[in-house]
Amino acid sequence: MFATLPNDVLNRVPANLRSPDGKWIGLSGRARVIVYNTDRVSPDDLPSDLRGFTDPEWEGRIGWPPTNGSFQAMVTAMRVIWGEDETRAWLEGIQANNPQIYPKNTPTVAAAGAGEIDVGFVNHYYLYRFLAEEGETFAARNAHLTGGGPGAIILVAGAGVLDEAENSDNAIRFIEFLLSTEAQQYFADETYEYPVVEGISVNPLLTPLSEINAPQIDMADLGDLEGTVDLLRETGILP
Amino acid sequence: MSSTAATVRRIRAIRRQRRWPPYTLSLTTSIIGFALLLPIIYLFIRTLDAGLDSLTDLLFRPRTAAIIVRSMALVVIVSAGSAALALALGWLIERTDLPFRRLWSIVTVLPLVIPSYIMAFLFISVFAPRGMVQRIFAEPFGIQEIPSFYGLPGAAIVLILVSYPYTLLTVRAALRGSGRALEEASRTLGKGPWETFLRVTLPQMRPALASGSLLVALYTISDFGAVSLMRYETFTWAIYLQYTSYVDRTAAAALSLVLVGLAVVLFLTETTAHGDRPLEETHQAEMGGADSPSVPLGPWKYPALGLCSLVGVFALLVPMAVLLFWLVRGIGAGEELSTVWGPAINSALVSSLAAVAAVFVALPVVVLAVRFPGRFSMLIDRVSHVGFALPGIVIALALVFFGSRLAPVLYQTHVMLVIAYVILFLPIAMGPVRTSLLQVNPRVEEAGRTLGHRPLVVFRTITVPLLRPGILAGGALVFLTAMKELPATLLLSPLDFSSLGTTIWAASSEAFFARAALPALLLIAISAIPMIFLIGRGRSRQA
Repeated sequence: MFATLPNDVLNRVPANLRSPDGKWIGLSGRARVIVYNTDRVSPDDLPSDLRGFTDPEWEGRIGWPPTNGSFQAMVTAMRVIWGEDETRAWLEGIQANNPQIYPKNTPTVAAAGAGEIDVGFVNHYYLYRFLAEEGETFAARNAHLTGGGPGAIILVAGAGVLDEAENSDNAIRFIEFLLSTEAQQYFADETYEYPVVEGISVNPLLTPLSEINAPQIDMADLGDLEGTVDLLRETGILP
Repeated sequence: MSSTAATVRRIRAIRRQRRWPPYTLSLTTSIIGFALLLPIIYLFIRTLDAGLDSLTDLLFRPRTAAIIVRSMALVVIVSAGSAALALALGWLIERTDLPFRRLWSIVTVLPLVIPSYIMAFLFISVFAPRGMVQRIFAEPFGIQEIPSFYGLPGAAIVLILVSYPYTLLTVRAALRGSGRALEEASRTLGKGPWETFLRVTLPQMRPALASGSLLVALYTISDFGAVSLMRYETFTWAIYLQYTSYVDRTAAAALSLVLVGLAVVLFLTETTAHGDRPLEETHQAEMGGADSPSVPLGPWKYPALGLCSLVGVFALLVPMAVLLFWLVRGIGAGEELSTVWGPAINSALVSSLAAVAAVFVALPVVVLAVRFPGRFSMLIDRVSHVGFALPGIVIALALVFFGSRLAPVLYQTHVMLVIAYVILFLPIAMGPVRTSLLQVNPRVEEAGRTLGHRPLVVFRTITVPLLRPGILAGGALVFLTAMKELPATLLLSPLDFSSLGTTIWAASSEAFFARAALPALLLIAISAIPMIFLIGRGRSRQA
């Protein structure tokens, strides 16, 4: 489906953020985080690992967007890192705690800020948009799980060129532009994402990547979306 | 003498002809019907691709049954709620001495221009547990948690508020069309206002209530925005989920076919509720004057004003206030607001084209249904409603499927988008056109024929001018519905095209609320203009 990208494009991005056969490339990074309500939860009370949220003390306090692509990528990472059985057990454990279901990340973060839920499983950047509009009084913040694991994974938004593309030269030039200093600095400043190339200053509001205990995993291993959706369906999380 | 006999013979001949639609009309409507069936053909092709075993697994799971029950519960509640609200407001506006009737007649129809996803989003930010209302009003009084409305209550409230105007418009048209003579007769025979309302007015409103409720019901089963934000799992929600999480389109197609089945159930219900009331409605317009005195409300005008204000506040004032608040807050925070004129012009242009096209397609279908009632016209009429019942994403994918194979020239053009809007919104155009045509006495057309004009000439020179109010109303309704359409616009629009709807969607789903507020306010303003013009015109002509 995708054409192989030229090496000089591929080499601008670390090897774990692109496909090993050069078919697609990461453009920006997004960290999986726990968004928590600051009035109801102290960051010290959060478990160090996603497994801790299956404890009954979190009954009725969790929100998640199971239809969201990043959430599903996190579950795929879970299957890769923990294995099928443990992932299923975790999903069932969270289900047993009656999580609130949201259609997307944005309403999940909004609900955490409003105190409708105590914690939510989301991407990191939505919070900063709320903070920019509502100010410091917005009552939610992000926490990176200190124990690492799939709940602390850094995912990428990526791009590839279709092998039947009529204008693949321009498509590659566009990808080059998205990896340019200008575009990468835009992702960092305006959308609060992590740049994927060297020499870009990360937004000072974000936790530096070096301080996040992210699992070392190849993005290319997260391809089995259908297996994840089947698992979510079997556990009754998706209809 | 002999010339009179010839005229009589001629009239008889014309009346005999009328039982069968003219050849051109049958042909035109058949082509339209076939085009409208394309989405369903697409669904069958997709579904049969997979073989039947996996499908029966999917369709007969307990979870599927649960979703059907939930969808139907929502449809019944929203249709009934809308009908009740529409009857009350319609009667107050058309029949009583309610103060500020002109204002209310506009205010109560305007919620139609607010997209369901915006209404739901605003409702959640204002009324959700620990939302604005609780923080401002409840907490100072020590109330910690107002009850949550997620699920059925929230979805029902939002959908009633954005769709009841469909019923209100048909009810008001019917109230205006049906004279007050019968009601006055009932009063002079000693019946009270309540009994008159229940036994005279209400039965006359049955067809209007049925056709308005059908639109509301179809709108409800095909809605995605409100149910997904209110977290109430319906059929359309499940279909979207299938499309977004599986590359394989089969299951989604199969679920969509079930949705078509649900629509057929709704059609049958509507036909039963509608009853067989062919043409006697036609001439009621001529009985009873519009100058009859209004029903005096007396002290009841206070609760009546309360109801109107409540609807105005919740369906219009609160949404506008929140959007303005977001906008002002964003500007205060130094947010850069991108220009929205491009998307505004795009939206207005494509929606106008859709309105014109939909009316053109609606005319032959309505003429066939009203002037040549029968199995064939009933079938075409029903087929033209199917698109409105299906989620926009299904129509869009069907057009991608056929467009990329049969008409690659049209793929990714505005034309394709307009075709999608016509398939989706045709029944909205048909309603008002039908109401107008029912009030055109067929004898007028016959007179034209006896004077030797061909049917098409009579139609163009006599019928169409008489249908003007219906054509304008139908066009305006399609315009504002197309303005807020999202899924088909996202899938079918040309690559460099963005509408107000897609701009709002992109900004609000990424939590840039201030950037969503300006296009949302603009969308409401642009859609409101034809609506205000239309209602204002209707009332001043009547007065």
